[in-house]
Amino acid sequence: MKIMKKDRLAAFLQAVSGEMPLFLPVEKGETTAFARYTGEETPALSSVRTGISPKDLFFPQCETLYTIKTDSPGIAIAPAARAQEDFAVFGIRGCDVHALEVLDEVFLRENTDTFYQARRQHGILLSLSCRRPDTACFCTVFGNDPAEPPGDVAVTEGENAWYWEEKTEKGRAFLKRFASFFREGDAVPCEEEKEKIRQIAARLPFGNLSLQGWGAGQTARRFEDPRWEKLAQGCLGCGTCTFVCPTCQCYDIRDYDTGRGYIHYRCWDSCMYSDFTMMSAGNNRTTQMQRYRQRFMHKLVYSVENNSGLYGCVGCGRCVTRCPSGLSIVKVLREMREEEAHV
Amino acid sequence: MQRIREILSGWLREGQADRVLGWKKGELPGMREPAFFHTEKELEELVYDRFCGPNLSKFLIAAGEKPGVTAVLVKPCDSYSLNELIRENRVRREQVRILGVPCKGNVDPRALEGKGVLAVREEEEQLMLSTLYGEEILPLSQVLLERCRVCRGKKHAVYDELLDPGQEEGPAGADRFAEVARLENMTEEERYAFWQGEFSRCIRCNACRNACPACNCRVCVFDGPAFDSSQKANAVPFEESMFHIVRAFHVAGRCTDCGECSRVCPQRIPLHLLNRKFIRDIDTLYGPYQAGEKDTGRSPLTDFTTGDCEPGAWEGA
Amino acid sequence: MCNGGEKLIPQVGKITAVTVQTPDVRTFRIEKPEGGKLFRHEPGQCAMIGVPGAGEAMFSITSSPTQEDYQEFSIKRCGSLTEKLHDLQAGDFVTVRGPYGNAFPVHTELKGRNLLFIAGGIGLAPLRSVIRYVLDRREEYGKVTVVYGSRSREDLVGLEEIETLWKQQKDMQVYLTIDRPQEGWDGHVGFVPSYVKELPLSLSQTVLVCGPPIMIKFVLAALQEMGFTKEQIYTTLELRMKCGIGKCGHCNIGSKYVCKDGPVFRMDEIDELPDEY
Repeated sequence: MKIMKKDRLAAFLQAVSGEMPLFLPVEKGETTAFARYTGEETPALSSVRTGISPKDLFFPQCETLYTIKTDSPGIAIAPAARAQEDFAVFGIRGCDVHALEVLDEVFLRENTDTFYQARRQHGILLSLSCRRPDTACFCTVFGNDPAEPPGDVAVTEGENAWYWEEKTEKGRAFLKRFASFFREGDAVPCEEEKEKIRQIAARLPFGNLSLQGWGAGQTARRFEDPRWEKLAQGCLGCGTCTFVCPTCQCYDIRDYDTGRGYIHYRCWDSCMYSDFTMMSAGNNRTTQMQRYRQRFMHKLVYSVENNSGLYGCVGCGRCVTRCPSGLSIVKVLREMREEEAHV
Repeated sequence: MQRIREILSGWLREGQADRVLGWKKGELPGMREPAFFHTEKELEELVYDRFCGPNLSKFLIAAGEKPGVTAVLVKPCDSYSLNELIRENRVRREQVRILGVPCKGNVDPRALEGKGVLAVREEEEQLMLSTLYGEEILPLSQVLLERCRVCRGKKHAVYDELLDPGQEEGPAGADRFAEVARLENMTEEERYAFWQGEFSRCIRCNACRNACPACNCRVCVFDGPAFDSSQKANAVPFEESMFHIVRAFHVAGRCTDCGECSRVCPQRIPLHLLNRKFIRDIDTLYGPYQAGEKDTGRSPLTDFTTGDCEPGAWEGA
Repeated sequence: MCNGGEKLIPQVGKITAVTVQTPDVRTFRIEKPEGGKLFRHEPGQCAMIGVPGAGEAMFSITSSPTQEDYQEFSIKRCGSLTEKLHDLQAGDFVTVRGPYGNAFPVHTELKGRNLLFIAGGIGLAPLRSVIRYVLDRREEYGKVTVVYGSRSREDLVGLEEIETLWKQQKDMQVYLTIDRPQEGWDGHVGFVPSYVKELPLSLSQTVLVCGPPIMIKFVLAALQEMGFTKEQIYTTLELRMKCGIGKCGHCNIGSKYVCKDGPVFRMDEIDELPDEY
């Protein structure tokens, strides 16, 4: 167990950001977001969830895939560069790391997305356990432990110290590189902090949500459920839930005319948008109910079938707090819960 | 609360309304969501309190597709949105039955986020929170939505029945144009930097547009492939600014300043300031005008008279 | 084939011939700029064709894999991108990614079988790839029957090939129909689904159906009424596509991605999907 005194953090962040790009949660307006740390920003490490998730660091909201020049003769395609330098992400929570595991399934398992892959290879995750889980948190429902975030290094905050545990070879190399900030120490105080986290997590009001009746093979049973109609009534059809979600991965691909050529870029898209499935030949989802149902069926059934059993939700709670109408996956799970089978 | 249920139950029972659009408890303490109620039994779930932020007016456009009459609860500022929709023929007056409810200001549920709130109650201008980490007290003045801190007044623009007519003359809030004036007093560079900073957080989720009662085009110009800009992030950040500016222009003269855009913005961009600047300019150039106050007539920007000033010339004067 | 090891980055394709097939369908022959095929494909597969500035869309490949020099795409003008495509001529360039999706099972289930192709309008495009492939490997397949209909004689895509090549083949039967009577047309008049019911079709055939959704729907009903089983019938689905590799989510239906797991589905597989296509 590596230990860093609490007051050394600022110097440590400074040192890391001098060696490689460092991203961490910072205050941004009246919200928080992961941003590159230059020393100017105010870190927001006590906020349990940033406004939008750090998936942006690996799957940016908008990125250029290639540029096109149409000067004659022909078309010249210049693919965009993939990430080439290591970068560190400090303060990413367990739920958001689990979300990256879902994205890994989507982007790396087959037909590898090399843009995403390069960022994953170069990103070093210094994840932070959740000292103060919030009411909207429900990561435990998906089997996650807020005290043990996955990542390359797991960091736990104590009263007077930060505790650092290497989880991967990448993490080991990172800690070695900045060895001067750490001393070897006893794991007991860290374990005590984790125990406190687990005690709070056990009291989370959404902790008892049931996934019964969801998961692989439940399409036929869930798709035609009349409750979708009622659930979707308040849906405004905006993309907030999608864009704050750490696992949503739908994207659009478009051209931007720069006047001297074209930027062929991809950007996050939302299955909640009215034109998501629109094509010249028609539109297979014309009502908001259908779009709403698609989003949750994808997370709670299709994702499980396609992504090695992983749900498309990690319980980060962002949609719960951000939906303008107060709808969220929690509402779906509650309203559509199935009576427990009699044993 | 009991009176509200009695009135609405009566409307349902007597066939004066076929459904009720109101609020019910959301998943988190202090969260309220729009909901439809069809029976007296369902109405037991209806709530009305300080947390009922969502302006229900816009849902009435879709509800208009349903047969019969939709009863709706409107707070004073919501009533202007609804009246404007009636003026624009997007909601038919005879298809709605309006219960005006008094408002003491809405709590911003985001003010409670991150605190581990398990329960919340109001007590003498304070919110008493019971949280995972103990008890906490928040003065109401600190947790009200911006629109409520600068409340225009407690009067309803349209209603069939008022729950509490005595409260129509309630006090207004602070000067809602103070922040606009601050921006006006900036240099162009400062103002540009201010908005660039704010828009840099925009994720193009379109919550502002979709919640806005004035944004009621059947198909938005930003939806669909016909337009170079779409409703999502673009290769250059200029597009985000453009979206918000186009939207502000499009609702100018029709925006009632209901504040939904800023309430719903997940990134806390003070979008209402764009609209409020237009409102202030319209007031200055054409005389005081409140969109939604009347359900007929033309707004200053769609009512050309030869006596109209020319804003460009006016700016230069 | 892709560029730089990334499936989202296209190759440059050169249009080497454009054939005007009908008032709104043109067939584009596409090769590498230096000549030669862009990639190998299987019958039924698609590719993403793009015009810089106008975007990309998925089109089925009309040519047979046995055509060694180029790929062909029959494209109907029906939106902003296809509008732009129709303005292009031989010598112009496009971007091409692919091939994407699965294919008709020409190496397995279709082998040795009597084949019945039923197409409407532009829906002949993907089936034509199979028909041409089968004609080039004639001995590997049984009898071939084609039922093809369009709005009018002018809207029958590739009529010349049908008249001069297909109709002359041994063990091949071609039935054409148009929606409304027309001067100079002495063939059948009527919609494809009802024509199918009138024809002396053998239940031993494996059926491949492609056309407008409404035609597919009624043909499938007609076939089942006639006694064909779901396991005998293949068709294609068409949903909005952006990435072509099962990630962007647009063509997701149930746990399938039409771009990757389709576009070819056997009818019993379609029955497993939620009714949302």
